[in-house]
Amino acid sequence: MITKLGRPAKILLAAGLLAIVVLQLLPFYVSITTSLKERTDLSSTWLPPLDGVFLGNFMSAITDGNILQSILNSAIVTGVSTILVCFLGAMAAYPLARRLTTMNKAVGALILALIMIPPLSILVPLYTMLTQMQAVNTYWGIIAVMVSTHLPLSIFFYTAFMRSLPISVEEAATVDGASAFQTFFLVVLPVLKPVTATVAILTGVSTWNEYALSSFILTDPAIRTIAPSIASFFSAQSSNLGAASAASLLAVLPVLIAYLFLQRYFIKGMVAGSEK
Amino acid sequence: MSQVTTLPRAGIRRRPRRGRGAGINVFYLPALLIFAIFTIYPLLNGITLSFTNWNGYSAARDVVGAANYLRLFEDETFRMVLLNTFIFGIGSTVIQQILGLGLAVALDRPLRGRTAIRAIIYLPVLVSPVIMGTMYYLFFQYNNGALNDITTLFGGERIAWLSDSQTAVLIIVLVNSLQFVGISMIIYLAGLQSIPTVYYEAANLDGAGAWQQFRHITIPLLQPAFATSIVLNLIGGLKLYDIIQVLTGGGPGYSTNSVSTLVGVAYFDNQSAGYASAMGVVLFLIIVVFTLGLNTLLNRRRLEQQ
Repeated sequence: MITKLGRPAKILLAAGLLAIVVLQLLPFYVSITTSLKERTDLSSTWLPPLDGVFLGNFMSAITDGNILQSILNSAIVTGVSTILVCFLGAMAAYPLARRLTTMNKAVGALILALIMIPPLSILVPLYTMLTQMQAVNTYWGIIAVMVSTHLPLSIFFYTAFMRSLPISVEEAATVDGASAFQTFFLVVLPVLKPVTATVAILTGVSTWNEYALSSFILTDPAIRTIAPSIASFFSAQSSNLGAASAASLLAVLPVLIAYLFLQRYFIKGMVAGSEK
Repeated sequence: MSQVTTLPRAGIRRRPRRGRGAGINVFYLPALLIFAIFTIYPLLNGITLSFTNWNGYSAARDVVGAANYLRLFEDETFRMVLLNTFIFGIGSTVIQQILGLGLAVALDRPLRGRTAIRAIIYLPVLVSPVIMGTMYYLFFQYNNGALNDITTLFGGERIAWLSDSQTAVLIIVLVNSLQFVGISMIIYLAGLQSIPTVYYEAANLDGAGAWQQFRHITIPLLQPAFATSIVLNLIGGLKLYDIIQVLTGGGPGYSTNSVSTLVGVAYFDNQSAGYASAMGVVLFLIIVVFTLGLNTLLNRRRLEQQ
């Protein structure tokens, strides 16, 4: 809807947009000024560090907060979970897209219904089970939980995408004597790139930022991922907000860099993700 | 299409419509195994536990029937937390729809720096709510907080923003809304771009004004976008956890908890695992009822309009 606007309306619109943009950037700005000031510097957070830039907070975030280790842990958990969610999701979607029996339709509906389960609603039984399995404070424990919570949406996406592909190529492969496995790995898998980008971005961002379950499952600082690590550093350093800000900024950097380079994929993926 | 191309080979295919034999179903077995262990078993076990008085660590537990659920009804803390949960869900949804739609309409116009503005508004969506929460804490904290620096600058008193439960609940709603308004904006932008411009051209010819066009073309044709965005925001708000933990930790007292955060408190702090399981079941039911109810409601409205 492009209607011509008068001058006052245009100014009003620009002012409104400017206000929102400033509002969205302010938390980052305030964190930056706070992170660059010494603890004894009680000047307003609105002011940049006038006495010179202080980098001690970043050092403290790295040495006391162990932020680099947490970033590495997040990278491992996110990387492995994302690969598994994509691969297992694509596999599971294949029969759901290509063999439409009553049973498979029911299986598809069940998987879709799993999306509705809020993570905290199963905290008690899940944590109890993970303790019995000795999976608390392990990579595999958190990865298993991340895979199980992100897999339903992934299967949904892959199923929808495969249904939109013409079946004739797969049939030709079958006629040529390819087994179901060969058809899946050699014919279907290579054409799933667009939907894989979507699933990978949604799963990657969500796993990287996950806090609710990770904060219970990962309590050992050596294995903690970013979000629980920041939260615990923050509550431990409540009198030293400079260090907490520095840790936050360090943790957000990898996502920012990825967003900067892959912005188009991010937004496209998120739109697709929301239109499920 | 595919039928035409496969016709000549129809003779060799035993199941012409299904394409593949039942053996292909092994492909979803790994996923089903994971769900069975890490989702479905805990869900069912949680329902079982919700009928016991288990404390979370000892071997002893007694079946207490519906006692935990009856206790939930009488528990004033839980009632307050339930109210908070609805405020988080509905409050965020309302703010995000108004702001998100407004931004989408504004940014659908040709405008210098449009891509950059969209990218900035969307940016917080990608940041962990834990980190957004820490950043916003610098705003609302009592000493040296950015907001109190402004109030004192104008000769006012420092305000304990996060120590007053009502203010704190509203702040949590606001922070959550601002962080995720980018999602609504993007959904509405995609919706706006899918409306054919000929409708507006026709309306222009008929002399319809900007408001009339918005009311009678844009709003009805955005129905699917409304449905998507509302359901997504509502579920996000009802499940709210991270921002509460960082901004207030559920305090003062229990006054800013959501059902999600209270589950953790009941389980680990109060050692009432059975009671916490019952809360979990209620939380699950709330989400199911809202998701299915809204989907039915919004789909019916869409059908009526067609």
